[in-house]
Order: sequence, then structure tokens, then C-alpha cells
Amino acid sequence: MTGEIDRLHPEAAVLSGPRPKPRAPRGRGRVAVSWIVLIASVAYFLLPLLGTLIFSLRDRPWYQAYSDTLADAQLYRAFGFSLVIAVITVILSVVLLVPTAYWVRLRLPRLRPFVEFVTLLPFVIPPIVLVYGLLTTFNAPPLPLTTSDLGANVLLVCAYVVLSFPYMYRAIDTGLRVIDIRTLTEASQSLGAGWLTIMWRVILPNLRVAILSGAFLTLAIVVGEFTIANFLARPMFAVYLQLISGNLAYEPAAVALFSFAITWASMGVIALIGRGSGRRVEITGAH
Amino acid sequence: MSYLVLTGIQKRFPGGTVAVQDFNLEAARGEFVSFLGPSGCGKTTTLRMIAGFETPTEGRISIDGADITDRPPNQRNVGMVFQSYALFPNMTVADNIGFGLRVRRRPAEQIRKRTAELLALINLPDKGDRYPYQLSGGQQQRVALARALAFEPTVLLLDEPLSALDAKIRVALRHEIRSIQRQLGITTVYVTHDQEEALSLSDRVVVMSEGRMEQVGTPFEIYNFPTTPFVASFVGQLNIVPASIIDSGTGALTVAGQAVRVQRAFTGSSGRKVNIAIRPEMVSLGPGPDGSNRLTGTVSEVSFLGSIVRIRVRVGGDSGPLVSLDEFNEPTLVLPEVGATAQLSFPAQGPLVLDPNVEVGESVEELIAET
Repeated sequence: MTGEIDRLHPEAAVLSGPRPKPRAPRGRGRVAVSWIVLIASVAYFLLPLLGTLIFSLRDRPWYQAYSDTLADAQLYRAFGFSLVIAVITVILSVVLLVPTAYWVRLRLPRLRPFVEFVTLLPFVIPPIVLVYGLLTTFNAPPLPLTTSDLGANVLLVCAYVVLSFPYMYRAIDTGLRVIDIRTLTEASQSLGAGWLTIMWRVILPNLRVAILSGAFLTLAIVVGEFTIANFLARPMFAVYLQLISGNLAYEPAAVALFSFAITWASMGVIALIGRGSGRRVEITGAH
Repeated sequence: MSYLVLTGIQKRFPGGTVAVQDFNLEAARGEFVSFLGPSGCGKTTTLRMIAGFETPTEGRISIDGADITDRPPNQRNVGMVFQSYALFPNMTVADNIGFGLRVRRRPAEQIRKRTAELLALINLPDKGDRYPYQLSGGQQQRVALARALAFEPTVLLLDEPLSALDAKIRVALRHEIRSIQRQLGITTVYVTHDQEEALSLSDRVVVMSEGRMEQVGTPFEIYNFPTTPFVASFVGQLNIVPASIIDSGTGALTVAGQAVRVQRAFTGSSGRKVNIAIRPEMVSLGPGPDGSNRLTGTVSEVSFLGSIVRIRVRVGGDSGPLVSLDEFNEPTLVLPEVGATAQLSFPAQGPLVLDPNVEVGESVEELIAET
């Protein structure tokens, strides 16, 4: 009888069949440990920020630090300057790295490990070493760039382009990996396109998402970078933050949170841009 | 008058690998030529040399009398359809098709008109504003074809364009490709490893193996009169039956102790072991007409393949060779029982004697004249 019910009503097999085994205590324990680790990690990251927030609200009235910060014209000048430098850095990085990554993938695959190594050097060489090298090299003729604002800005941008290598190159290389650049290039050539047309009309548009991801990462890094900006005496946002922290109490906390918010907003934009882009890119046909 | 000419083409890659050697071909204007062969035979490399993506180590390529060997690919005016379609993901279907015309700076109105013509030609008139990812594989390949034809190329190259599609779409699309090609009269080179595609589409087929041309001919010639063992075994099904020469002058051999005669001339001493290659469709059940070769054996297997029934017969004793034959399926067909004795027959003109030391004596032209 039980067997017949099982055959006619599969769901009944749940009632009539053997009871499912209870979850093993070891499995539950592992899940609990995972949650504990996650909560502890989030707390480790968020608690200092929470402390900073609480501290920034201690002024009287509680919003005073924020209103003073937002009323400071120097904040906007510093942030605006950082943004301009960041945008120029991103443009130069793209102009330099997109053709490089493209050519390495297309024609010089054996050079890839070497190029990747070079782009990872900024992780290894501290910014203080980089800026010291810039200062000693460009302090005197034939290229005394540190003696003028324009020259110092040029050095700053060049230094940031180098700092952006790991992020920009990785993002571009990942973007190139998703599209079949060899076949797209050959298809373009068979249709009569030269290299500039291929780059401008075929490759760059298909790297839009990758470039934007790298761009926002670069933006976050440039805005938050202090060492190089300080030694080149450039009015960047991080230098402004360091300046006010020496003179004021609560405003630096507010500005620090402000910079965190910018970074998270950049990450959020990267996540939004990256979502839903895979389908459109991955359509060069069966492989 | 030859339109596409390849003379003495050789391609040697760094490291010494010779991908193509001594390739010579003259294709007439409007001709459809297929390069057929297994993977690694050099057919795609040869196609890529015509397109300009590979440079020949030796030899010259010309189109309509103009030597294009040293021209870069974007200056050859040759349209190409790729196996992976290679549609530009960032452009709509219309933009993809019009790309070659925009590169040539044609007026916008001309581009629009030509794009509409081609969308109609490939039966996708309403899909111009779609993106490639919104199309099926078959639709994408048709767009790729339209894009390659948009700027009226001198030669159309197709590199296994249907291999990524399922069987039914492949059959439908290849008829469409051939129909469009005939309509436009464009000289076409088609690379495939699928012999059915090559035989059904082409005016001529170049069978390649290990970088060499094995045979060039019409599909009929390639299939019925293969001139090399490779062509015989690669194109179509083949029975390879061990035999022994009795008298090469009269074409007499024995198969499992039973006498047969092969009309196609061969040389070899009496008693030499050889192989006879016979197409399954040349073999029939029963004694056949007078003058046929006859073999007796035991039915080993009967396979129903839909429109065809394949019967395998072991000739002679238990250790004799297996011979397959194909019968068209019909309701009145009487299938033999497995284990039953059966008599096979095949014509003397059918078989090819295969042995490295035995040459195929007659040229294709002589064989056709005899038939």
C-alpha cells in the first residue's frame, strides 16, 4: 500500500519514506564559524569608521564639523584639482595601456609576463621612492620641472599614471580576454579598416566597461594619494586633509568620511557598470 | 580565364613546420571552390594567405591579373566570413553590414540603401536595429555574410562558416549561401572539413592533406574517381578489403580465396598483398548483372540508418574481411538474417587498388571517357 502511494504521489514518498537525516552537528558548526569570521571582519573594518563618525558628531551643534567642512572653499579647490588630475591620469593611462595591452595580446603574447611584471612594479616600489627619484631627476637642468607649477603638475600626472598601471592594465587586459580580438581585428581588416579605425571603432567601444572599471579605481587612488602630492607640493585632496588635521579637531574626521564615501561611490559605480555587460560583450559567435 | 590564381604557394612557419607546400590553383570568375581536408591539412592557412593574414614563404597570389601577394589585408578588397562570425558586438546588425562601406567613406544614403538590399537578400529585413547577441547563430552567420558582401569584394572567402551551427540550420544555410553566391556571381573559396558541404556546394573541390593538394576536381570526379588513397578514404565511405594479386595485366585478384577483377589498371607482381577500396553503394546483394564480381559470405550485421540500411558481410570464412553495403530503405525491402549466407556483387570498374607500391594507372580524364 505504501509503495503504491509512493508511485502515484511522489510527494507522498516524503511522508511515507524514511525521514531525512538531521543536519550533522559538524556542518552547523562550520556555518557558525563562518558567520563569526564574517562579522568580526566587518566589525574590524567598520568600527574605526563608526568611531570616526561618532567623533565627528561631537562638535556643537552635532553637524558643525560637516557644515564647516562644506563651507570651506579650499575643500572644493583641492577636490576639484584632484579630480582634474585624476581625469588626465585616466586619459593618459588609457592612451598608453590600451594599445600596449592590445598589441601584446595580438602580436607579442610571449611578452605578456614581462609587461605584467612591469605593471605590478608600483606595488613593489613605495611612492616615497618614486617621488624621491622624480625630485632628484627633475630638480635641475635639462628638465627642471619641479621649479614651476605646470612642471610639477606634469610630474604628478606621470607619477599617477605609473601608480595606476596595476589597476588599469589588469582591467584592460581582462576586458581584452573576453573579446576575441584577433578575429575582430582580422574581420575589420578584411573590411578595409586600418589600425586607427580598428582601435577607435572596434576595440575601444568593446573595452568601455573595462576602461570605466579601471578609471574609477584610478580615480579613487589618485584622490586618496598623499606622499607624491605632498613632496611635489601639489594642492591635492589628501594634502588638504593632512593640513586641516593639524589645525582642527572634528573637521578632519568629517573630511575622512567624505573621502571614504567617494571611494565607495566609485566602487558602486564600477559594480553597476559591470552588471549586465557580459551578455553584450560575449557575442562573437561560437568558439 | 583565370580570376584567382595561386602559384607555387608554400608556407613555412618559424620552427620549420611546413603548413602548405606546392599549392597551385586557378579559379575562374564566379567559380565556387572548396578546400576540403582534415584538421591541420593547411586549408585554412591557404585561405588566410589569400586574405592576407598570412604571408606565403614562396609563391604568388593574384586576383584578376593583379598580384596581391604583398598587399596588406585591408587593401585586397576580399570579403571574409569567419567560423565564429566575428560580428562587432558594439554595433547593430545594420552598422555591422555597413562597416566596410563606412570605412570606404561611401555616402550615408548609399550605405543605407545597400544595407537594406543586403538585409533583404539574407531574409532579415526587420533586424537591422538588433544587436548580434539578440540573434540566433544562423542569423548571425547570415549577417556576417552580408557584411562581407556589402562592399562588393572581388573574392569571397569562407572559413568553415557553418561548423558552429546544428545540422538542420547548416543544411538550410549552405543552400542559401550557394544561392546568394550564384546570384552575385562572386568567386568564392570555401574551407570545410565536411565532405557533404564541399560536394554539394562546389564547382570544384581541392582535397588537401598534410599541406599538399591531393586532388582537384568536380565533386563527381573526387567522389567516383579518387586518384590517391587519401582521397579515396577521406571522401565518402570506403570498404578496404585485403586481396592478393593474381595477374595485374588482366586485373585479376583474389579476396578470401575468391576471384575478382578490377578494371582500373595497376601494377604489382603475382602474389603481392594489396587492398581493394570499394564504396558501399557500389556493392549489391545478389549475383548482379553478368560480368560483375561476386563474393560469398555470411551476414554479420544489419543496421537500419533511416533512409539507408547498412549490411555487413564477412567474406569467406570466420576470419575473412568485412564488406559493407548500403541498400536504400523501402517498405518492400527484404532484410537478410544475421548469420545467413549472402552473395555480394560489385562492378569491375568500381574498385580502386590501394598499395604504396601499386600506382593508379589511369588519369581521371581517361576514366571518365571509359565510363
